[in-house]
Amino acid sequence: MAEEVTGSSPPAKSNGRRRGDGVFRSMTTGSSLVIVVSIGLIGLFLLIQAVPSLNANNINFFTSPEWATGEVGNLRFGIRDLLVVTVLSSLLALAIAMPLAMGIALFLTHYLQPKLARPFAYVIDLLAAVPSIVFGLWGAKVLGPALEPVATFLNENLAWVPLFSDGNVSLSGGGNIFTAGIVLSIMILPIITAVSREVFRQTPVMQIEGALALGATRWEMIRTTVLPFGRSGYIAGSMLGLGRALGETVAVLIILRSATSSSTFSFFDGGYTFASKIASAAPEFSEPLSTGAYIAAGLVLFVFTFAVNALARYVAGRGKAKAS
Amino acid sequence: MTATLTDPNRPAQAPAFQKISPARQFKNYLAMTLMGLAFLVAVVPLVWLLFTVVSNGYSALVNGDWWSKSLKGVLPEQFAGGVYHALYGSIMQALVCALIAVPIGILTAVYLVEYGNNGRFARLTTFMVDILSGVPSIVAALFVFALWVTTFGFETSAFAVSLALVLLMLPVVVRSTEEMLRLVPDELREASYALGVPKWKTIVKIVLPTALSGIVTGVMLATARVMGETAPVLVLVGYSRSINFDIFGGNMASLPLLIYNELLNPEEAGQLRVWGAALTLILLIMFFNLVATVISRFSAIKTK
Amino acid sequence: MAKRFDIKDLNIYYGKFHAVNSVNLAVPPRNVTAFIGPSGCGKSTVLRSLNRMHEVIPGARVEGKVLLDGEDIYASNVDPVEVRRTIGMVFQRPNPFPTMSIRDNVVAGLRLAGVKNKKHLDEVAERSLRGANLWNEVKDRLDRPGGGLSGGQQQRLCIARAIAVQPDVLLMDEPCSALDPISTLAIEDLITELKKEYTIVIVTHNMQQAARVSDQTAFFNLLGVGQPGQLIEVDDTEKIFSNPGQKATEDYISGRFG
Ligand SMILES: Nc1ncnc2c1ncn2[C@@H]1O[C@H](COP(=O)(O)OP(=O)(O)OP(=O)(O)O)[C@@H](O)[C@H]1O
Ligand SMILES: [Mg+2]
Repeated sequence: MAEEVTGSSPPAKSNGRRRGDGVFRSMTTGSSLVIVVSIGLIGLFLLIQAVPSLNANNINFFTSPEWATGEVGNLRFGIRDLLVVTVLSSLLALAIAMPLAMGIALFLTHYLQPKLARPFAYVIDLLAAVPSIVFGLWGAKVLGPALEPVATFLNENLAWVPLFSDGNVSLSGGGNIFTAGIVLSIMILPIITAVSREVFRQTPVMQIEGALALGATRWEMIRTTVLPFGRSGYIAGSMLGLGRALGETVAVLIILRSATSSSTFSFFDGGYTFASKIASAAPEFSEPLSTGAYIAAGLVLFVFTFAVNALARYVAGRGKAKAS
Repeated sequence: MTATLTDPNRPAQAPAFQKISPARQFKNYLAMTLMGLAFLVAVVPLVWLLFTVVSNGYSALVNGDWWSKSLKGVLPEQFAGGVYHALYGSIMQALVCALIAVPIGILTAVYLVEYGNNGRFARLTTFMVDILSGVPSIVAALFVFALWVTTFGFETSAFAVSLALVLLMLPVVVRSTEEMLRLVPDELREASYALGVPKWKTIVKIVLPTALSGIVTGVMLATARVMGETAPVLVLVGYSRSINFDIFGGNMASLPLLIYNELLNPEEAGQLRVWGAALTLILLIMFFNLVATVISRFSAIKTK
Repeated sequence: MAKRFDIKDLNIYYGKFHAVNSVNLAVPPRNVTAFIGPSGCGKSTVLRSLNRMHEVIPGARVEGKVLLDGEDIYASNVDPVEVRRTIGMVFQRPNPFPTMSIRDNVVAGLRLAGVKNKKHLDEVAERSLRGANLWNEVKDRLDRPGGGLSGGQQQRLCIARAIAVQPDVLLMDEPCSALDPISTLAIEDLITELKKEYTIVIVTHNMQQAARVSDQTAFFNLLGVGQPGQLIEVDDTEKIFSNPGQKATEDYISGRFG
């Protein structure tokens, strides 16, 4: 047995040790299993509880702008407007945040000296530490009113562009997608910047030096080496930001005004996103069938963000494969 | 080039450096300016927001009652009471969440780094962690509602909130721990094995302690993050103006929930409470972030 | 304490790759055996298989027998953890545990095996540090982190740590390759000391070192790219360095190698 081999060593406890290893290994595997299973459960549970309500729905779930779940006998709910508001506000956020994030990430990685880059990067990270309800508060009470003249100007002068035409809420106070999108862009800026910074920094030094040695200016060097190298990471980071924007709840809930008519595909609409709609109704989650309607909306949001994140992962993975 | 050679007016000596054409130079400066501007554009809202919150909220915080009293019996228009009950709720919910999420998260990271061998299950886990990190907080809250309240029949409570927060905290803990564990050099593991230390003990006594400061940093950052979450508290627990110590039953305030409810209060006192609570929440989160930064300085792993 | 090794028909694979072919070798007790040979010929691989450290690498496996005083360390009822307690190892780069003090580093093996008696641990720490010729240099700073020592001191600390668990055999994989000549000399002296009590196997790329410290030298070689490494010959160190039996050995030692 083991004892004979070990000779002078303390008596062998090989069985105990083997058991310790087995137990610990099972614990770690079990924990991973918890995570894997819980994702599955999220989808499953949302589906199970959404299906009865979807079956009881009297109008088309995907194409109707109506949302009336008060009467259990006559459920009428559709996600068209939720989808429009969610997508419009998130895309506006992305359109603002993407160029800014690229500029900041390049500034931090290739313009500032490393010594300064650290505190400067910390400033951007501070944005991520501000809780979303505070963003909402600031957006609704400070930024929205401040943006009102800008919104009015855009509405008056660019009304022929559908996105800037009259919305379904009044411009005063700024409780529209325009304000929400701008606040969302600030909220997703840190994550896009952080991911881009990481990939831009990893640009092979050899390529950088090669470009500089050819007499390229700093900007030419960036355009020929850093940007191509970091592109897929930058896009993946932007997708992650988009995922955040799609799912943001309370900031949007506080900022957007509820509208009485349905969406007009304008930045000056009010209304609800998926997330803010669900949160707004949370205190009345008692009747399973009407709750199910919100869960159905949640399920769509889940699938949506799942797809966006999976895409981000795919893009990032492809970039990595190309780089190595 | 040849033109220069035949140019009778060319200087006796060629200039030491070739000049960059003005257009190129202009583009270079333009790019630099735009990037610096992008940074400034991002700083403006940060400063603006912080200034707003501080200037509107600080007068609420200087009152001693703010930290030691709840809003029990305080009238909407009254400047009185404090957020002690909400502070308790915020910290408690985050703590209970951390108590569940940290062990699971760390063990999962250990599995991924030490046992997974990048096998099929490990890759599946990594994928799921990625997906989980993208799950919006409102979806996590809905799931817990569907599971804990609708299916199991429990009432809404602070604990339900913590469960939803676990889903949001897990991916952060797994990722940061995984990253730290991968930084621990294999040589340390081998040194331990060569001393006849079993694998699990090597992990528990050598690998984890070596990565400890990084892991704690990640946990603190994750805790700070879940403290600011509002969606789960909106869905999973009712608001209370007085203190409730019971995490398994009854309504319980938290800072985000207090802000959300007081927003409906049009009185000046309500507005002051809103900004005061917002400032308190920011300070709480900053505190955790700061601690995390300090701890990360004490790393046992030397990175160059 | 010291035990003898008998390696019989040892083949080692990394997945499908056949890394080492059919090694037969006897390592007598209280004796230093040096492994020499060109890079990639499998010296480290053989060394690691002597205390089953290769099992840490996914896909690595061995065929054949390694007998320690007649007991096969690969027998199915033998726990690799016990094997490693009996056969210590010192690595190419010093690797003290960064979270532990000097003293804790030395007694790490015992503490992790559950020994709690403080007095006993302190005694072992002193004895091992003396054994590793490090005591005088660190006795005033036993509570300071082990990472604060110089490279040579760290390596001796690692040797102290290895001998603190009182193994029967010490395996050393290029223990001096990261050190300066003076530290190297200190370690070589230490090896000469240690061989009174331990069976030692050392891998080295330094011919002089092999000649200075070892009693027996094993020369490994590669027959070609993608071919497994082979044990070409093993003999008394004096014989290998003055009058080797194989032409390849002579070429390698005299530096006339491809
Ligand atoms: N972990 C591993 N996985 C796969 N192959 C390996 C591994 N380690 C070593 N090998 C291969 O096994 C062969 C022997 O390697 P080994 O490290 O034993 O050589 P060595 O003689 O110690 O060389 P050196 O003198 O450079 O240390 C080499 O072909 C090497 O590529
Ligand atoms: Mg080697």
